[in-house]
Amino acid sequence: MRIEGSANSASQINREKPVGFRFDGISYQGFEGDTLASALLANDMTLINRSFKYHRPRGVLTAGSEEPNALMTIGSGAGQDPNVRATTQELFEGLEARSQNNWPSLEYDVLSVNDLASNFLSAGFYYKTFMWPKAFWEKVYEPIIRRAAGLGALSGAHNPDKYERAFAHCDLLIIGAGPAGLMAALTAGIAGVDVILVDEDRQTGGRLNAETHVIDGMAGHHWAENITAQLRDMGNVRIMTRTTVTGVYDGGTFGALEKVSQHLAHPAKGMPRETFWRIVAKRAILAAGALERPIAFKNNDRPGIMTAGAVRAYLNRWNVVPGRAVTVFGNNDDAHRTAADLIAAGVHVAALIDSRHDATTDLDVLFYAGAQVCDSSGRKALESISISTVAGVEKVQTDCLAMSGGWNPTLHLACHMNGRPQWNDAISAFIPVPDMVPNLDVAGAALGSFSTKGALKSGAYRAKLALEALGVAVPSGSKSVPTPVAEDSEYKVKPLWVVKHKGRAWLDFQNDVTVKDVKLAAQENFRSVEHMKRYTTQGMATDQGKNSNVGALAVLADATGRDIVGTGTTTFRPPYSPVAIAALGAGAQGKGFAPQRFTTSHKASVDAGAPMVEVGLWYRPSYFPAPGEVNWRQSCDREVQQVRRAVGVCDVSTLGKIDIQGPDAAALLDLAYTNVFSSLKVGKVRYGLMLREDGHVMDDGTTARLGPHHFVMTTTTAAAGPVMRHLEFLHQGLHPEWDISLTSVTEQWAQFAVAGPKSRELLNGLLDNAIDDESWPFMACGAVTVKGVAARLFRISFSGEQAYEIAVPARYGESLFHTLVARAKSLGGGAYGMEALNVLRIEKGFITHAEIHGRVTAFDIGMQRMISAKKDCIGKASAAREGLLDEDREQLVGLKPVGAVKQLTAGAHLFAKGADAVRENAQGYTTSVAFSPLLGVFLALGFLKRGRARHGEVIKFVDHLRGIETLCEVCDPVFFDPEGGRARG
Amino acid sequence: MGKSAIELIAKTPCAGLLPIEIGTVSLTEVVPDHMTIVAPYAGKDKELSAALKGAHGMVMPAANRATGKGANRAIWFGQGQILLSGPAPDAALARHGAVVDQSDGWAVVALKGAGSRDVLARLTPIDLRAGVFKNGHTARTDLMHMMASITCLGADEFRIMVFRGFARTLVHDLETAMQGVAVRALA
Repeated sequence: MRIEGSANSASQINREKPVGFRFDGISYQGFEGDTLASALLANDMTLINRSFKYHRPRGVLTAGSEEPNALMTIGSGAGQDPNVRATTQELFEGLEARSQNNWPSLEYDVLSVNDLASNFLSAGFYYKTFMWPKAFWEKVYEPIIRRAAGLGALSGAHNPDKYERAFAHCDLLIIGAGPAGLMAALTAGIAGVDVILVDEDRQTGGRLNAETHVIDGMAGHHWAENITAQLRDMGNVRIMTRTTVTGVYDGGTFGALEKVSQHLAHPAKGMPRETFWRIVAKRAILAAGALERPIAFKNNDRPGIMTAGAVRAYLNRWNVVPGRAVTVFGNNDDAHRTAADLIAAGVHVAALIDSRHDATTDLDVLFYAGAQVCDSSGRKALESISISTVAGVEKVQTDCLAMSGGWNPTLHLACHMNGRPQWNDAISAFIPVPDMVPNLDVAGAALGSFSTKGALKSGAYRAKLALEALGVAVPSGSKSVPTPVAEDSEYKVKPLWVVKHKGRAWLDFQNDVTVKDVKLAAQENFRSVEHMKRYTTQGMATDQGKNSNVGALAVLADATGRDIVGTGTTTFRPPYSPVAIAALGAGAQGKGFAPQRFTTSHKASVDAGAPMVEVGLWYRPSYFPAPGEVNWRQSCDREVQQVRRAVGVCDVSTLGKIDIQGPDAAALLDLAYTNVFSSLKVGKVRYGLMLREDGHVMDDGTTARLGPHHFVMTTTTAAAGPVMRHLEFLHQGLHPEWDISLTSVTEQWAQFAVAGPKSRELLNGLLDNAIDDESWPFMACGAVTVKGVAARLFRISFSGEQAYEIAVPARYGESLFHTLVARAKSLGGGAYGMEALNVLRIEKGFITHAEIHGRVTAFDIGMQRMISAKKDCIGKASAAREGLLDEDREQLVGLKPVGAVKQLTAGAHLFAKGADAVRENAQGYTTSVAFSPLLGVFLALGFLKRGRARHGEVIKFVDHLRGIETLCEVCDPVFFDPEGGRARG
Repeated sequence: MGKSAIELIAKTPCAGLLPIEIGTVSLTEVVPDHMTIVAPYAGKDKELSAALKGAHGMVMPAANRATGKGANRAIWFGQGQILLSGPAPDAALARHGAVVDQSDGWAVVALKGAGSRDVLARLTPIDLRAGVFKNGHTARTDLMHMMASITCLGADEFRIMVFRGFARTLVHDLETAMQGVAVRALA
């Protein structure tokens, strides 16, 4: 029910601006400034959800982000947002909210029968009951349980919303903009340091927005507005509202989630829903306030039962009273404020019940000291409560109960790096201890200073400490900040965790955990707090038990005969409140997952109809379909034949190119490669093999010597980065005395393979000076000019044909590719893609990372002799280990089909001819397969036990996955031109 | 040569992608005449710096700094490396260090205008506060998922470089961040 203005002179709703919204399909009206929760309460909507397990009717419990009950699904369609707390969702015109976890409707929920069966559904029930039959768990029980007990759901469709990520840096991060946070920001702001002040609410002020406190003679929230305006004018204070610090990480890094457009009816186009900030701060002050805890009594979860502070917040901030006859029940003086504020606003307070025997009140209200609320009734809304007094049990008619079991400092963030807080008997709560997080201090109610004056003083004091730590002068003299005049009342809490009474009393509202469940855990010997938590699921819901953990701990302590200190605490972990994965991974949806790296010929390849395949971050053409070709094999076969018979052109720019210069360049190569490079002559290229420290093959490639102290190494596409890193390690880590410079030139040069018997003819039509076999023999390299452009030419071959690779500065790449392809076509050839490249190299038995996959040695691939005896190299000693030279190892072989089935596949397993195709008999596997148009058969490369000694033997080939089985002849991996005469020319 | 009169045509890394302007921030391609990695040989820092000063009027920058002005810049580029951007490298440089042509290896863009720091703050983790990352400061760091070189050339002006092949992603990521900043101004 909405009332006229309260004692808190200016409420924070704008009655001039009504806002229409829908809840479960029905239209309602609130005002600008309302939250969804305050607007629902203003419309007398007390029942707004069903509980997690028992489907109990539930209403709003709190007025903040700790809310366990009022979870809603906001919006509809692909981007619907489940489990949004109605208490933090700002109202906007057209907002559409739906209740969750009920069927067919909120009012008549079929699964509320669970509540009647509660004796069977206590903690541990699932574990005990659904043990057998074993297969039923996954197929029957779990799906049923998941459907019955759950929160809201995602749409299942691709999320169309935009999310954003960003970074921020500051000297001092202040978390929470209540009285403590504002005073801290004011002190630090005046001192001139860079401050970021963060608050999860739409505005600064914290509890001042919910109370009737007066500061320096003005309403608390007006004081907050004034200070905020001052801070904004400073220029060095950045105020981030609607932003929740969700986690604390190493090195002064904080995660923070900013709601950007969730409160807007019509967000501007392109506006993100949320921005996930990573804030790096030299110092931080946690001024997050405190959270009120409920009291566990029988049926304390009925709609209409709320925390006392929440009732005050709704009354003062939104002028909403959640009932017509309100009762207040507490164990501390703060609860009396609720009764006082209600009375001052003209609301009927039916009773004030205080569990403390020595409690007194001046309020004109039916007052019970030393009494406890022990039960409630009313099915979908609170109708009455039972009060247990020394004289017996009395029943009082009420439709709203405001309860307060005291306050817990909001210390969660201080625990994110595994620090443990300390129990404080004076306030019956845990408080943070120093240095739980390096360079983070705690102020105000978060440290247990619950009065307004205490918070103001604490904020200013902690800011001064932070300034001292930063080496910045604390404002003094005319610049010093006086502590404002404010209330400094005592809170005088006397612990009351549970009202003893038969029946279920709720602790964790969100996960439906009761006092009985915790006692059962203790009874079944889950006595450790961590075990109790997991047994009962206490504190494991999306609210992480913000309202209930301390209460549950007290119950466990009582049940196990220990005190709270002896019982210990569980740990709070990030995030403080839920964060959408979409926000954490902002920018990484779809293709944002990884950057795209394109060659200079990309457009030409795409224009030619080539399907592009990802190779690391690069995109390369798979094949170039010619008119009339309907499947890739036709294109691939043609491209292979063009290379073997005429000439083909392939972009090989993606291979890593590392420029190595310096007097010790050759020494580095000798160390990195198994074979000798110091003996390589200028103008020559050599193939090299590189091992890891553990003696297994790391990479292979060719290196050209361009000058006495100048080499260019090529790596495979996949290993370009790792090899660069490896070489830097060898230089910086092992031989810092060597004079070497390493530079990646992969992107500087666009490089194209020109392969085939007509390759030289093609090039000679293009080079400014023609080449011949004498000037450019096999494995020669050097500078050339192409149409006046300085280029590099290498006579190397990955196809087994006479072939060259020509490199030009990348700006000319696209143009050269067009020219090369046009010329190739005129000579009966054309462009070729990855498929043809693969066939050509398999026919020649050349390896790629399909073969050198990380588990093979030089010995395995038949290159043991490439490990030079004349020098040391990385991996040499490890490669000489006995087990790595065992003839019984799986060795590289070629395979040709000889059985009825002629198709071979990669990833198949190899067995002796007569053996069963079972794991125990496996003798090897295939790594690469191609159909050779030249030989008219499938060819495979693979590894086979003692393979080199078994050439000629027929073995069994089985691809279990694809259901292919055939017989193969083992042969040399070089299927074509074993003498290499074609490449030499 | 021969019957063909075809010339090789040069294309810049961001051809067809830039310029763009969103809100108060603009993004344009920069095409330096030359870009050269210069890496002093052991113990030759001073000689190289002197040669650089003599030939191109700028000293070797310290780590995370850039020297020079206008189109001619020497930008620290990682351990023991600087990027000479603008002039063709003088032959004298090669006597004191490795000289590697990178004129075609990098996509170079200029991000300018009020709010350009906010744009970058959506992509890179470095501290971009005006008092921390000042004119003449440079960093090798992340830009979204790419490794980049970012240099501050004025209050609201940055030179950003990534490998040439990433040009399209660079423009896409910057454009997305520019939209994110521009749209905030409307809120």
